[in-house]
Order: sequence, then C-alpha cells, then structure tokens
Amino acid sequence: MAADPSNVRLQGDPAVLQRQMQSGPLKRPGELSVMALLWICGAISLITTVLIVVTLFEETYHFFQEVPLQDFFFETEWQALIPGTESFGIWELVAGTANVVLWSMVIALPLGLAAAIYLSEYAHPRTRSILKPILEVLAGVPTVVYAFFALTVITEQVLRPLLGDDNVPIFNSLSASIMMAMMILPTIASVSEDAMASVPRELREGAYGLGATRLEVALKVVFPAALSGIVAAVLLAIARVIGETMIVALAAGSTPNLTLNPLASIQTMTGYMLQVGLGDAARGTINYTSLFAVASTLFLFTFALNVFATYIVNRFREAYD
Amino acid sequence: MPLAVQSASEPISLHAKGSVARRQALSRLSRYVFLLATVVGIAVLAILAVDTLRTGLPVLDWQFISSYPSRSAENAGLRSSLFGTIWVMGTTIALAIPVAIGTAIFLEEFAPKGRFTALVRLNIANLAGVPSIIYGILGLTIFVRGIEFGGVTLFPALGTTILAGSLTLALMILPMTVIASVEAIRQVPPSIRDGSLALGATRLQTVRHHTLPGALPGIMTGTILAISRAAGETAALIMIGAFAFIAFDNKSVNDDFTTVPIQIYNWTTRPQEAFRENAAAGIIVLMAMVIGLNLIAVLIRERFRRK
Repeated sequence: MAADPSNVRLQGDPAVLQRQMQSGPLKRPGELSVMALLWICGAISLITTVLIVVTLFEETYHFFQEVPLQDFFFETEWQALIPGTESFGIWELVAGTANVVLWSMVIALPLGLAAAIYLSEYAHPRTRSILKPILEVLAGVPTVVYAFFALTVITEQVLRPLLGDDNVPIFNSLSASIMMAMMILPTIASVSEDAMASVPRELREGAYGLGATRLEVALKVVFPAALSGIVAAVLLAIARVIGETMIVALAAGSTPNLTLNPLASIQTMTGYMLQVGLGDAARGTINYTSLFAVASTLFLFTFALNVFATYIVNRFREAYD
Repeated sequence: MPLAVQSASEPISLHAKGSVARRQALSRLSRYVFLLATVVGIAVLAILAVDTLRTGLPVLDWQFISSYPSRSAENAGLRSSLFGTIWVMGTTIALAIPVAIGTAIFLEEFAPKGRFTALVRLNIANLAGVPSIIYGILGLTIFVRGIEFGGVTLFPALGTTILAGSLTLALMILPMTVIASVEAIRQVPPSIRDGSLALGATRLQTVRHHTLPGALPGIMTGTILAISRAAGETAALIMIGAFAFIAFDNKSVNDDFTTVPIQIYNWTTRPQEAFRENAAAGIIVLMAMVIGLNLIAVLIRERFRRK
C-alpha cells in the first residue's frame, strides 16, 4: 500500500504535493499514451499469428470443398498443374521433404555434433573464439547462394562427373541435401555447443578424477548431460530444412516423387509452393487453393517441431544449480 | 602414507600400458577427428567461395553494377535490383525496428506478469520458427491483395510494391529482432534501473535515459543480423510476386521492384552459361553486403562488450 503514492496521505506545501503526485509511476497523460503504444507493439505479434492461421485455413477450407479429405490423405499422386488430370495426394510432397530432411541430417548431424564437441571440449579458447564467429557467418549466407552452389557446383561439377550423367539427373535431392546440410551445420554446432558449454565443470572433473580420458568425458559425461539442448538443436535444424525453399526449388527438381532415393528428382512442399507462386495462379482456382492446403500442412509440421523442441528443453533440462 | 608409496617395490611409470594406453591413444586421435569435422563445413564453403570469385569476378565491373536487366547476358546488370534492395531494406528497418523495440520494452519493463504476457512470449518464440515462404503467403493475401470484409476495406490492396514487400519482410524479421532486444534489455543491470527510480524518475524516463541506452549495442547487433537476413530473402518476395522485369530506378515505396537475390535466382534458372556468370557476380555483391553487415554487428558487439 505504502508503495503506491496515490494512497499515501500527503501533508504540506500543495506545490510540492503536486510534483510528488506527478512523479509517481505513469501519472502523466503522455506516458499513458506511450504505454498504449507499447501495448499495441506487443499485440502486433499476436495479430500476425492470428492472420497467418486465418489466411491459411480460410483458403484451405475452400480447397477441401473441392477435394475430399480422403483424396488428400489417401491418394498417392500429386498432379496439380495439368488441367483435367489433377490429383491431390499430399504424400509425394511430404516424401520429397522427408527425402531432403533425411539426407541432409545424415550429413549434417555427425559433422555438426563433432564440431560442437570439438569447440566445447577440445578447442583452445582462442581457437574457439576464431572458429565460432566464422560458423555464425556461415549461418547468415542467403539461401539463394546455397541454391546456386547446389545446382552449378555440386550437381554439375561433383556428382555428375563422379557418378555419371546417366545416374544423376540434373535436378536431384542429393545436391540440395548437401547444401542444406551446410546451411544447418552452424545451427546444430552452435546451439549444441551452447548446451555442452553449460554443463558444469564439476561433472567433467569428477570423471577425470576417476581416470576417464578426454574422449570418454566428452562422449559419456558431457554429451548425455547436454542431450536435451542437443535434441532441441536438431529439431530446430529439421524445422529449418522443412521450411527452406530456394535450395530445393532450384536444385531438387519439380517432379513429385514418392521416394527417399537421394539421386531422384523430387519436389518438396516448399518447392511446390514456390512453383505456384511463380506461376501467378488466379484467385479461386484449384491451383491457388492447393497452395494454401500445402502451406497449412507445412505450417503444422514446423509448428509441431518448434513446440516439441521447446517442450524437450523445458521438460528434460538438467538443472545443476 | 607417502613412505608407503616410496617403498613400493615396483617402479612407478607415467606411461600407461594395455587398455589404458589404448583409451588414451583413442582420445588423442579423437581431437583430430573432431577438428577435421569442424573444418569440413568451412572448407566446403571456402572452395565454393573461390569458385564463385573465379566465375564472377571477370563479369563484375561498373557496367554490370549500373546496367538494367537485359535479355542478353553481356548487357544485363544489377542496377534495378540494387535500387530495390536498398529501398526494401530501408523501409523494412523503418517499419520493423520501432515495433520490435517497443515489444521488447513492453515485455521486459511494463508487461504485468500474467497470461497475456506469457502468451506474447510463447507466440514470438513460435513465430521465429515459421518458414519465410509462409510469411510470403501472408504478404500475398493481406498486403498485396488487401482484406475486404463485408464490403469494408480493412486493409488496402497495395499490389506487389516496395511497401508490400517491406511489410512482409518486417513481419518476418520481427520475432528475431524482438528476441535479440529482449536479451539486450535483460543484460542491463537492475541496479541502474533502481538508482534511476530511487532518484524520482518515472518508469518511462528510466527506460528512455538508462535502460535503452544501456541495451542499445545489443539491440543494434541483433537488428543488423536480422536486416542481413532480410537482405538475402528470396522465397517470401517471390511469393508476393516480386519477380517482374524492372528497368527503371525506384522512386517511391509504391513502385514495383526486384532485389539482388531475386535477380540471382532469375539468372541461375537460365540455361546459358553467360547468365550463370552473372549470377556468380551477383552473389559476390550480395555476399559483400551480408558479410559487411555481419562484420558491423560483430564490431559493435566487441566494442561495447561489458567488462
């Protein structure tokens, strides 16, 4: 009660009283309007989410008025752009995305985790202070640049000469997956390294005291102790791969394909969305609404991954204080 | 006890034998395996960078910078896309930064601890994970085509203009800018706030004269990184329809536009080798901008690092 100036019984000079009243928290009309502005700022992010959900699901609803739900989930072919032969089975696009996720993770996971272990457990502080910013700059490379590399270097100068032109189509999942792995490597390494660095020193010293080698401390003590943070890092990386558009649109092809073969030409959910976006589909057509149906599917996938990552971090966080 | 050790009959050797030696050797070897893995990513990108420089540098001259796009690769240049990128960046900054800082101040300094605040926090964390192409769809349906509800225009249709693109990118970078600003504001010691409040400043005066100046380096670092992400964004802008052939200098936010990454995408999709060289030259320009922004961010962070 005493902390609130308006409730304090004031005595003495009215001018002094007046000043005291005014200097109390948020008693000026100007300040109240600034507060209102700040509140609106906070609300804008909520409005954004509402708008995303409403716009996605409104057109998705129109899509499902024309295409029955069971076709979307049980047809095995996605053929949207040729009139007369339309077929909207989402699984070919989901498989395309899964294909890229699988192979980019096969490459990025061992490299990223090894980099995290090196930076956290082996590197001299000075080496670490050089390598970590470089990795972070890599995270800032625009994805259209990776897309260019995937198509012009990985496919044309590495994969095709190595495996033969007959075996490697010009647009293939592997080239996109390789560049995708390079793109998420810094995320996995940096976030996992943060998790490992926050494992308390006592745990390591205890293990060293019992005669463990550096490798054993890293793999059997630090890695398990930081596991929740590492899993979260991997989930966030997967969410980024699922949502990445330019690399798969330029390098992976535009043929929906129900396969996990890395040397196949495929199409991901984001790849299809960009294709429709480039074609400038007219509002109200089935092409236009199918864009939103795919976008809703994509949104639900990434949303679930993000929520799951947050849950893992909160639920399995090892608190050492 | 020390006596007992000295009188041990076997000589003490510091060199391990048997399984211990094997474990130690494995551990020593592991250092180089892990180092190798760390360097792989950097090495791959170094190779790609060299390759790009070799392909792109011969094309990169003033004529390339100052020419409009063209059907012939030799005459094509970056002029309109550079104008577009600068316009879009400027407008995005003007739109996103005030809102981001306002949101961060609201969350850290004024928001009552309750459901609404918790919801806003959780929501921002989730928005940061929404793919950019979804923001593109949002921009297309709302900013480009407008919202009408029952004959009333809730938001005017802007068309594929710089303003529509900037609004889209501003929403896209808002979450990461807010998160960076919140972190920066948290780094300001509570003692500074308490001192200011104890001397009779209002909460807003405290924010304006003490909290914000203290948090500014952190806010700027986060903001610049977000801007560099917006500068390289392609998918969201293609979704709102920004891949037209632009052969004029942008003069206002109501102009059609193209940007450097969109131009790179365009050139990469052409089969002719000469356009690939243009794409490589465009990448050199784009990377120079992005790395430049990143360097500025790192310099600010180092310069103001709290001792």
